[in-house]
Amino acid sequence: MTRTRPLTDLEILARMWLIRAFEEKVSELYAAGKVAGLIHLGIGQEGSAVGTCAALGRSDYVFGTHRSHAHAIAKGADLRRLMAEIAGRSTGYCKGKGGSMHISAPEVGFVTATGVVAGNIPLALGAALTSVTRNEDRVSVAFFGDGAGQSGPFHESLNMAALWKLPVVLVCENNGYVEFSPLSAHTVVERLADYASVYSIPAVTVDGGDVLAVRDAVTEAVDRARGGGGPSFVEVLTHRLRGHYEGDPARYRTLSEREEWKRKDPVARFARHLAESGVPPESLDDVEAAARTRVAVAAEQALADPPADPAGVTGDVYV
Amino acid sequence: MREMLYAEALVESLRHQMATDERVHLMGLYFLGLTKHRAIMARLHADYPGRVYHPPIAEVGYVGVAIGAALAGLRPIVDMATASFMFQAFPQIVNEAANIHYMSGGATKVPMVFHFNHGIRGGGAAQHSHSPQAMLWNTPGLEIMAPSTPRDVMGLVNTAAASDNPTAWVDHVRLFDTSGPVPDDKDFSIPFGVADVKRQGGDVTVFASSWMVVRALEAAETLSAEGIQAEVIDPRTLSPLDEETILESVAKTGRLVVVDECHRRCGVAAEITAVVTERAFGDLVAAPIRVTTADVPIPFSPPLEQHVEPTTDKIVAAVRAVTDSAAG
Ligand SMILES: Cc1ncc(C[n+]2csc(CCOP(=O)(O)OP(=O)(O)O)c2C)c(N)n1
Ligand SMILES: [Mg+2]
Repeated sequence: MTRTRPLTDLEILARMWLIRAFEEKVSELYAAGKVAGLIHLGIGQEGSAVGTCAALGRSDYVFGTHRSHAHAIAKGADLRRLMAEIAGRSTGYCKGKGGSMHISAPEVGFVTATGVVAGNIPLALGAALTSVTRNEDRVSVAFFGDGAGQSGPFHESLNMAALWKLPVVLVCENNGYVEFSPLSAHTVVERLADYASVYSIPAVTVDGGDVLAVRDAVTEAVDRARGGGGPSFVEVLTHRLRGHYEGDPARYRTLSEREEWKRKDPVARFARHLAESGVPPESLDDVEAAARTRVAVAAEQALADPPADPAGVTGDVYV
Repeated sequence: MREMLYAEALVESLRHQMATDERVHLMGLYFLGLTKHRAIMARLHADYPGRVYHPPIAEVGYVGVAIGAALAGLRPIVDMATASFMFQAFPQIVNEAANIHYMSGGATKVPMVFHFNHGIRGGGAAQHSHSPQAMLWNTPGLEIMAPSTPRDVMGLVNTAAASDNPTAWVDHVRLFDTSGPVPDDKDFSIPFGVADVKRQGGDVTVFASSWMVVRALEAAETLSAEGIQAEVIDPRTLSPLDEETILESVAKTGRLVVVDECHRRCGVAAEITAVVTERAFGDLVAAPIRVTTADVPIPFSPPLEQHVEPTTDKIVAAVRAVTDSAAG
């Protein structure tokens, strides 16, 4: 694998802003009735997506979830094709056959996302198995939420990842909620990283509001995987600033909780951190403005693209 | 041509794939179930230690691992032993493997094979006797092969291994002891979607796949002695289905008996009957008859088991009934 040059701090901020701007645009288009379906946004979770992918090379694999726009962008997906897919256009990554929950952008290593909670975890292990077999210096990452941690495929995967020492990084985005109920309604386990310990998988819990902390934790995991040390588990404590899906009023969340997490907003927090370390405020503003412009252009182009054509609907069932 | 047991042909075809394509890996060890033949499978495992995996009892997990491996470029052949256990992996087979190529608009593919042994094998009762072909057939994106002879299993495995689609390989332990001729050419392959006329006859078309082909042929012998000539059509693959060969036969015979080990409701037999009545109603001189497993869970006790399964006697009776009814 060709090691990719590490992202600079400003590039990291730029990716976070791209995601924030993209997701806000999707939200806006959904509210305007221009995007259909079930849309799960990653606003508030940018630190996890960007921190993780900043530790990866282009040829490393990522397997996503129902909430994966951010993961795809962080891995380098093209904004226009991604937006076109979410808007059901024929120019989308999946020709409008996948949509928001089933993004696939293999050319940037975003192999597939799945709308089935935990369904992607075994897939990431399998890709890692292929890499081992072929002596490829490649790591596979599975993103999943705290809700996935109670499922069978999750535990079966942890066991097999450890058993076969697979070069896989399991990134648990613990946003504290499983749809509309808190994690405490799903398990008595408080630290999901503890699940990894029974399988002897090295695990850490990191603050997802700190993008560099996420990057560093994942970098350690990736180095371990590349060095033949097998799987790692990274639990990222994070928060979604929107409802579970667009249209969810999220009444189950307290106001104080919302305010606290807004203060912890990973994008604003990283911008503050850079300002404090001497980056001039104008260049920080420029990063945000550039991201918003890129997203606006991508969205405009995507929406101008033709809707998916029913003439192709029976294609791609078989190769 | 050589004479071979089905079990031998099965293992030889897997061995050939292992020898010729490094991307082929085997996951799961019970291709031959717990039959006496399993030792020949064990030899294959021993010969390829790095490419054969003995997974923990975690079907949804290891089948998913095989699918992920296929996405990244291997060509795994994954075994789940008894079809009843395949349900543990159903989410990965029908919701991931079958969908991924389509959901990605063709950007990704899942070139792999799922193997399991279906059907009543004697005393398996409700939890070791499933025939899930119809459930799988209701899943666009899967290819389904259901061989019935040593020659067919070899030819179909070669095609499945080369296919870029996920293929369900529905096998039957009762076939393992049957024998038949097999071509010397190990590369010989049978294209998917091409039915085989296992026996020619002009009076009635009998559709059967997998182990039911053996019973249909037995029934045809009995009927032949009575002067009824049955044409036995083995589709070999359900998906894709060779409708034309079935319809050509019905055009000749005007009568159809569909034999299948799935349950009756929404089973394989229901679909075949629907295809023929929809496309060739005018050719039929009598209503088609389905010989299927009854709509009850498979019972344990042998007389109960035989009561619910499609036996040779039931096939004979159905053919007599369909040839008796209406004027030819
Ligand atoms: C197997 C399965 N069961 C139920 C659902 C419905 N569902 C969609 S998202 C979700 C909650 C997932 O929670 P979590 O894993 O914490 O991810 P988050 O939405 O918080 O990112 C559920 C239950 C599903 N998609 N898949
Ligand atoms: Mg959650």
